[in-house]
Amino acid sequence: MSAAQTRKLIALAAIWAALLFAPYWMVPLGGYTALATRVLVLGLAAMSVNFLLGFTGVLSFGHAAYFGLGAYGAGLTLKFLAPSTPLALIAGMLLGGLCGAILGTLIVRRRGVYFAMVTIAFGQVFYYIAFQWSSLTGGDDGLRGFSRQPIDLGLFKLDILTDATSFYYFVLFCFALAVGAMAFVLRSPFGRTMIAIRENERRSRFLGIPVERHIWIAFTLSCFFMGFAGALYALVNNFADPRGLHYSQSGDFVMMAVMGGMRSFWGPLLGAAVFVVLQDYLSSVTVNWMSFVGLLFVLVVLFFPRGLLGFLQRSKA
Amino acid sequence: MNVLDINNVTKRFGNLVAVRDVSLSVAKGELCAIIGPNGAGKTTFFNLISGFFPPSSGAISFDGRDITRLATHERVTLGMARTFQITEIFPELTVFENVRIAAEVAGGYRLRPWINRLETGQIHGNVEATLKLVALETKADRLVGELAHGDQRAAEIAMALALKPHLLLLDEPTAGMGDQETFQITQLIRRLHRDSNYTIVLIEHDMRVVFHLADRICVLDQGRMLAQGTPQQIAANEAVQAAYLGNAA
Repeated sequence: MSAAQTRKLIALAAIWAALLFAPYWMVPLGGYTALATRVLVLGLAAMSVNFLLGFTGVLSFGHAAYFGLGAYGAGLTLKFLAPSTPLALIAGMLLGGLCGAILGTLIVRRRGVYFAMVTIAFGQVFYYIAFQWSSLTGGDDGLRGFSRQPIDLGLFKLDILTDATSFYYFVLFCFALAVGAMAFVLRSPFGRTMIAIRENERRSRFLGIPVERHIWIAFTLSCFFMGFAGALYALVNNFADPRGLHYSQSGDFVMMAVMGGMRSFWGPLLGAAVFVVLQDYLSSVTVNWMSFVGLLFVLVVLFFPRGLLGFLQRSKA
Repeated sequence: MNVLDINNVTKRFGNLVAVRDVSLSVAKGELCAIIGPNGAGKTTFFNLISGFFPPSSGAISFDGRDITRLATHERVTLGMARTFQITEIFPELTVFENVRIAAEVAGGYRLRPWINRLETGQIHGNVEATLKLVALETKADRLVGELAHGDQRAAEIAMALALKPHLLLLDEPTAGMGDQETFQITQLIRRLHRDSNYTIVLIEHDMRVVFHLADRICVLDQGRMLAQGTPQQIAANEAVQAAYLGNAA
């Protein structure tokens, strides 16, 4: 094994160890377990955005729509269909993913700024639906009146509703599944065509890759991941918020991805961690917490164009 | 049977007629060079063949099949590969990774979420053989963006070759090269043509290269096919001399 591979493996082990023991080291440092859970969920969302932005090279500025659809899908399932946490997650993921698949067919014909604008426009459509359709979605107040359900594993029940640590590990398990699937796709021949499209669209086309179709598949997969993250987020809060579909939420996800490092697989998770922790800490000090997050974002973009993780990797090498 | 049959193609951009009623047939194993002054429509003609845009009128067939309206990637799947005047590569990937993407697409694996050991072995074999052909095997792990210009051109040709094409389109393969690099690329194209029996159509400005390589030369001028023939016929053609030297001569 080469030195680079060894270093990669050690970094990977360190990341998973940190995530696995987060409830134990976060609390002494002044955090709390639910904060770690939020980092995982928003980190997964930022990684889903980055699946497109960092690895296919197209910027979606409306991905919160699929996140929010996932949240409503999970919430509505728990409230009206069946009190089952796994079913809620699957329903949320399907709702986000299928809507992404349908709209994706219209979106992937555009590039650059136009791609971003079209994604915003479609995203806002869902925001207004969630906002206006009060009888189903609860409108401006959001969807309430549901809660995540304990998971029956046969031998014992996992109480994810009241025990924050159990819930963290449940979310970590879901996170690992999704992130594993993402890594699997990126290492496949299909994943390599995504990177080819990011690197040089014209060359990709002239290698025989139907670029639009491949971007559509990447977009759809990303929306499935996004819907899954959104469904988890509804479980975190026992609540689905229409503002979770708003384009400003999409902007937050893009900010997390860029801040953490969009060319690296784990960068967006780091970006999400910085974002969530800063938000948690600063919002108890000042209502203008966003100005400080924004300031940090500007500094990172100016001085570490490859993001925080990109900077850390370079200083190590 | 001809590999390529182009019948009376015309391409208009508004009022400009970039290519006017041009016909060309390329036989299997032939190396055909397209020359002409700047603005003669050579690259537009290439773009018509490779499907960058469709012709305003006329028809193109490839291996006996009408491809006039086919999309670029479909033509590539049928066995047509091209390089560009300004090198089109994946600069942040290694030479090996660049060629592997081409080999995987050519192997039909582009939509595959996984690839087994046997298939990986075949792909790697194809990539290594291709890199050897263009003499880049010792630079396989270098980032393409960091290579010298000549090596980048060779890497782009390697990507085209990894597709195992029936027809290779090379747009000014020696553009921007010094004498040494020009010589190496010319040797490479000669090997591909003579030893590996590739059918090649190329655009070239360097007349030494053209007369060294071509079986047949086509001269475009102001969008028209001015003359076609062997290098000797073209060298002796008065209309060609006039187009290149101006009518004052």
